[in-house]
Amino acid sequence: MELKTKVNAEEGKHDLVITREFDLPLELLFKAFTEPELIEQWMGTKVLQFEGKKFGGWQFETSDPKGNVVFKADGVIHEFNPNKRIVRTFEMAGVPFGVQLEVSEFEDITDEKSRVNIHVIFESVAQRDEQLKLPFKQGINWAHNRLEEVMNKLR
Amino acid sequence: MNLRRDVFQAIADPTRRAILLLVASQSLTAGAIAANFDTARPTVSKHLQILTECELLQQEQSGREIHYHINAKKMKEVADFIEPFRQMWDARFNKLEDLMKNYKNKH
Repeated sequence: MELKTKVNAEEGKHDLVITREFDLPLELLFKAFTEPELIEQWMGTKVLQFEGKKFGGWQFETSDPKGNVVFKADGVIHEFNPNKRIVRTFEMAGVPFGVQLEVSEFEDITDEKSRVNIHVIFESVAQRDEQLKLPFKQGINWAHNRLEEVMNKLR
Repeated sequence: MNLRRDVFQAIADPTRRAILLLVASQSLTAGAIAANFDTARPTVSKHLQILTECELLQQEQSGREIHYHINAKKMKEVADFIEPFRQMWDARFNKLEDLMKNYKNKH
């Protein structure tokens, strides 16, 4: 079966492309990317600010149940073309990944199907690779923590 | 205890990583694998069980002996650090799709 979400990251390059086809009309897909209360639900983060226009700013923040901020990212929107294109910068706080340029293109396949193509450009190859490895490392850490938890219960 | 077995759990442990390296070059019996470690035999068996449950190792009966060999397909998943990144986005986008399908029905 073909994968619905594709990530293309060629070795030695400082960019990557995320592609996904949705069983959704283009307008609904674009809405999900641009309405704060919808972004919050599928991204699992709090949207502190989202101004869908040129020169608009955006800020996401995620806290754990104790209220500690575990993820914070922000940027500025350079182009906002409804149902077509969003160009924005992206910078995550507290990590040395630099600032990224994100070009998201939206298109319809049929009346009921649409596609998003997100081109992410990093400052360097090393920064791209670090960002790519983040979920991999979190996976390992998560496994460690979970094992510890289970082992502590068994004691 | 219901512990979901996944590849990350498997590679999170240094002994299990060593077992994978060992079996990567040739298929071995549990005894032959255990002989390479100072750890007690039941501990090695437990590691083998986890690696097998994660599908990183596969068992093969040959006569009275069971040989362990590496599952190259699953190993590729671990070696490919892009896969967890892809899965993260895939999970988010699946959520988006469900969310908007409901949204469509309500509006």
